[in-house]
Amino acid sequence: MNFPLIAVIAATFTIATPLVWAALGAVVNERTGILNLGIEGTMYAGAFVGFFIAATTGSVWMALLAAILAGVLAGALMGVLTVTLGVNQHVAGIGTTLLLVAACDFTNRLLFSTGTQTTTEKFDRLFPGSGVFAQYPLTYVGFLLLAPALWWVLRSSGFGLRLNAVGENPEAADAAGIPVAGTRYAALMIGGALMAVGGSFLTVSLLGSFTLDIVSGRGWICIALVIFGRWKVWPVVAGALLFGVADALQLQLAITPLFSQVPNELLIAFPYLVVIAALVIGGRGVRYPGAYLTPYRRA
Amino acid sequence: MKLMLRARESRWLAPAAVLLAVLLTLAITAGPIRLAGANPLAAYERYTLTPLTTAGGIGEVLLAATPLIFTGLSVAIAFRVGYYNIGAEGQFLAGAVAASIPGLYLPDLPAVIALPLALAAGAAGGLLWALLPAWLRRTVGIDEVVTTLLLNPVALLLIQGLLNGPWRNSATGFPDSDRYGPGYDLPAVVPGSRVHWGLVIAIVLVAVTWIVMSYTPLGLRLRAAGQSPNAAAFSGIRVSTLQWRSALVSGAVAGLGGASQVLGVQHQLTASVASGYGYTGVVVASLGALTAGGVLLVALLLGDIAVGAQNASIVLQLPTQMGAIVSSTLLLAVVSVMALRRYRLVLGQRRRR
Repeated sequence: MNFPLIAVIAATFTIATPLVWAALGAVVNERTGILNLGIEGTMYAGAFVGFFIAATTGSVWMALLAAILAGVLAGALMGVLTVTLGVNQHVAGIGTTLLLVAACDFTNRLLFSTGTQTTTEKFDRLFPGSGVFAQYPLTYVGFLLLAPALWWVLRSSGFGLRLNAVGENPEAADAAGIPVAGTRYAALMIGGALMAVGGSFLTVSLLGSFTLDIVSGRGWICIALVIFGRWKVWPVVAGALLFGVADALQLQLAITPLFSQVPNELLIAFPYLVVIAALVIGGRGVRYPGAYLTPYRRA
Repeated sequence: MKLMLRARESRWLAPAAVLLAVLLTLAITAGPIRLAGANPLAAYERYTLTPLTTAGGIGEVLLAATPLIFTGLSVAIAFRVGYYNIGAEGQFLAGAVAASIPGLYLPDLPAVIALPLALAAGAAGGLLWALLPAWLRRTVGIDEVVTTLLLNPVALLLIQGLLNGPWRNSATGFPDSDRYGPGYDLPAVVPGSRVHWGLVIAIVLVAVTWIVMSYTPLGLRLRAAGQSPNAAAFSGIRVSTLQWRSALVSGAVAGLGGASQVLGVQHQLTASVASGYGYTGVVVASLGALTAGGVLLVALLLGDIAVGAQNASIVLQLPTQMGAIVSSTLLLAVVSVMALRRYRLVLGQRRRR
């Protein structure tokens, strides 16, 4: 059997791209102590809004901008719920996801009621025909620009230090003059923008069309990746690549005669199980941000 | 404008808060309803009142509410003790699969044996699906939110694998299972209606949960463990053991819901059996304030809205997704307003003393 190494590596990066964007978005907002289960809905909104704007304006850049805007708004909604009102974060997140998915499906029905599968403009792969390097722009930006920049910002910039301070000990941060609520809002809106960009990758880069189950649980995988990577940029990227390689192998095995007897669904379930297994191996003694899940209000 | 902690909560605040949340929901959803070319008032009438005006409509509401009572109760039982089971969806599906095993392989059993067997299998299936996350939380300390979430798509893939493989319909070749043996039909509560005994089982579970939580020492410990785990642990309550057991009970209840759905409604396994009941269970439990009675009421309300949404999509040409928008907006409005209940809104920079 000839193992198609190049194809698997190329697919790994493509599959990992939306996960890297969205999971790094989740890292940004979870650093401030807020769990955002709205991630699945935010990715869905990014995917839908990006697709819709690409379909109407014909501009992929406008689509990207609109997805970012949708993500910022979704982050602001989470901010109102969790920061200002102090709602239970699990409930706020699931509610946000349900609302965003329902709102996108509703709008989709109103706009495209004919049911015809519309295809739109999408980003082209850079360096076509170059094997591993034939990737979409967002893949390059995600791995080569976003991840290092975010790593530096979280580690060394004043903003990154403020995020950490707010997430570890909001009382102390507040006493030191850091605006706790403002920092959390900023983190949620930036994080939401990154999640939505990850979602838009699915429609405006990969497929050029929108389907109702397009995100299909990738948001939940990102929540797992963030804990797996212990809220650190490079381990989260590594986790996304791990899922990517498991999924790429699965796709490859599915078309390999040797594995034709294995049910396809078992292969598709494989990456989820890999992430759980990786959590069991790497998730021991995880130290959560000090203020995880707890709203802050000045006493 | 600032939020200030209230010294104490007056009695009229809770009902007033719910009323305010309902008004907020109506105000927010009126825009999209008008956008879809329907009259908001007519739509709300369809969503709430119309289903209740006919006997058939009430039956459909009860039928739609039945799985939501199971999943809502499942989520409430776990959340109440501080175990965040987001996996009711997967546990519901696992229960449906497990209940199908006797239904497909022992089709000739008489109903007196077949039904208890299939229901027990469903509960066991749900419990089994909840076992891994609960065990990982207990032994390795891995966040249950992640593991329960990740197992939801795996359960759906399990069903799809079975329906595309060994359980593919032998007559039609479509990816849904054969029909179960005749002994496996949960009978109708009222002859001729579609409301089945699953509803009765759900209501019994609600009653049992309510009695355990309100009137037993176990209920007291569970409430203490959920409200302030540290204080509970300090007074000798083994919080992690309670969470472990609640997690398993929670899975079993969701699994029983899956069994009730296939035995009472479908009489066969299809991939669309869950259609989000597990996630909606989080909504039901939260809106019901994690209490058994609250779960029952909210499940009936959401069942009403779901049936009304079907009705509105036919009569008013309003996409059915509007029902989901209304119920999720209602969830967010209620939890927001409930959070506000503890605070006063203070305008300007006014300060006391």
